[in-house]
Amino acid sequence: MGMSDLDELYRGVILDHYRNPRRKGKIAGDHIHAEGNNPSCGDEFYLDIVIEDGVVTDAAMQGQGCSISQASGSMMMEAIVGKDVSEIQDLAHKFRLMMTIEEGDNPVDESRPGAVLGDLEALQGVRKFPVRIKCADLAWTTLADALEQAAATAS
Amino acid sequence: MTDLSSLRGDFPILAREINGKPLVYLDSAATTQKPQSVLDAMDRYYTQSNANVHRGAHTLAAEATDLYETARGKVARLIGASPSQLVFTRGTTTSLNHVAYGWGLNHLSEGDKIVITIMEHHANIVPWQLIAKHTGAELVYLELNDDFTVDTSTLDQVFDDRVKVVSFSGMSNVTGAIGPITQLRDAARAVGALTVLDAAQLVPHTPVDVDDLDVDFLAFSSHKMLGPTGIGGLWGKRERLEEMEPTEGGGEMINVVERHTSTWAPVPHKFEAGTPPIAEAVGFGAAVDYLSKVGLEAIESHERAITGYALERLSEVPDLTVYGPMDVTKRGGAVSFALGDIHPHDLATILDQDGIAIRAGHHCARPLMKYLEVPATARASFYLYNTDDEVDKLIESLHKARDVFGLN
Repeated sequence: MGMSDLDELYRGVILDHYRNPRRKGKIAGDHIHAEGNNPSCGDEFYLDIVIEDGVVTDAAMQGQGCSISQASGSMMMEAIVGKDVSEIQDLAHKFRLMMTIEEGDNPVDESRPGAVLGDLEALQGVRKFPVRIKCADLAWTTLADALEQAAATAS
Repeated sequence: MTDLSSLRGDFPILAREINGKPLVYLDSAATTQKPQSVLDAMDRYYTQSNANVHRGAHTLAAEATDLYETARGKVARLIGASPSQLVFTRGTTTSLNHVAYGWGLNHLSEGDKIVITIMEHHANIVPWQLIAKHTGAELVYLELNDDFTVDTSTLDQVFDDRVKVVSFSGMSNVTGAIGPITQLRDAARAVGALTVLDAAQLVPHTPVDVDDLDVDFLAFSSHKMLGPTGIGGLWGKRERLEEMEPTEGGGEMINVVERHTSTWAPVPHKFEAGTPPIAEAVGFGAAVDYLSKVGLEAIESHERAITGYALERLSEVPDLTVYGPMDVTKRGGAVSFALGDIHPHDLATILDQDGIAIRAGHHCARPLMKYLEVPATARASFYLYNTDDEVDKLIESLHKARDVFGLN
């Protein structure tokens, strides 16, 4: 009890992303901007992305909040750049599945094709702390907003 | 130090375990736990005397009315007031909204100034923002000294005859700092302005007498002083309550209703539209009985001692910053702090694994967080049932948090 759940929640890779967020900043040129926040706790996440020919070619984040919200955002940045939008939608779906799956199931079982989430798997520990799931979700709901804007502009 | 540890048995929830550890409840500034006597009083009301108040001729209606009005008397006596000037509201927020809308909306106009401080809770900011917008009055902030107390060196510049109301906290729910009550009251009076005191963190923790305070309005909540949620108090000077318009219309608050006009019931009923929270009033009264039995002086002295001990132990934790006065005579038992780069929410999660309940966030005081240049703080707050042993557990768990985040 206690320490082991905490160690799982605060894995080294999460603390590394929290302290050294990847792609922190803004994008100067044309981009899509989306903002997310959890008013109950004050976590904030700002996202700039560039989509060219259906591929996310650049992304930058800013924000403030707990280690889970900021690390999740940083990991997401690494996961999306260079991928096309449909791949990202698939990743977002798997991430959501990982955060909502029942105790005992293994959503990142490598025998399941396409189920590997890379660094993002480190966030599995959050599931044992249900009140913190919204922290891990913040970056992804902000991304969903950005992708919706992109789709609206394209159509 | 007054030993109140024998009281812990009166609070059933304190026997709970959280994550396999005994509950260490350090979040009384958010809401307090309830003694059995409060729960029993409310249960007894519902099982024996439940009826609507102020209208029925039957026995239960008379009993319920008597219990409700008796509770009003108890709460009023606690603050040295007449029951006829004590309005039951939903809590501090509603009390402050009554003043803002019932008095402010009808007495303020363009060019007038509303003075508040940067350490206010949203409940004492947002209603005034709304009234400023409605009336064209200007909202003016007093700022803080380096020790987190309100800076009163600028009062001469701020207070002119445009100031019509000064509304401020008697004790900050974030920093614990006690407000400069006498100074602000006198500055307000000198320019003919009203004084509104947010006493949500004051009435539960220190003896309060409205004659001594001599402010125009005083707002407080039951649930922060061992009573149930959903009820609180608004005390006002008689002439102020008389000149204040009702903010809600309905049953109970009227004298005569015609097709197009109505006249109001006398104060305090004028401000109690609809069926009031009767069981909650009964519980509030029982909470006041409990506090009076222990004695507010004893509670204040216990809290001062435990807060002093906590500040001393917290200062031993590396990388820890306290946001609040270090002088226990200038503060109450709400202690905000930050630990290195550990976000307060992460800290709260780690402490919760040890059964320790603290609050993390902006504590409904976002302008203060901005002013202090922090996104959020962790807050431990103490009440009559907390012990030094619980402070030790807090410190131990903070060291563990440093381990988890690799700060050692």
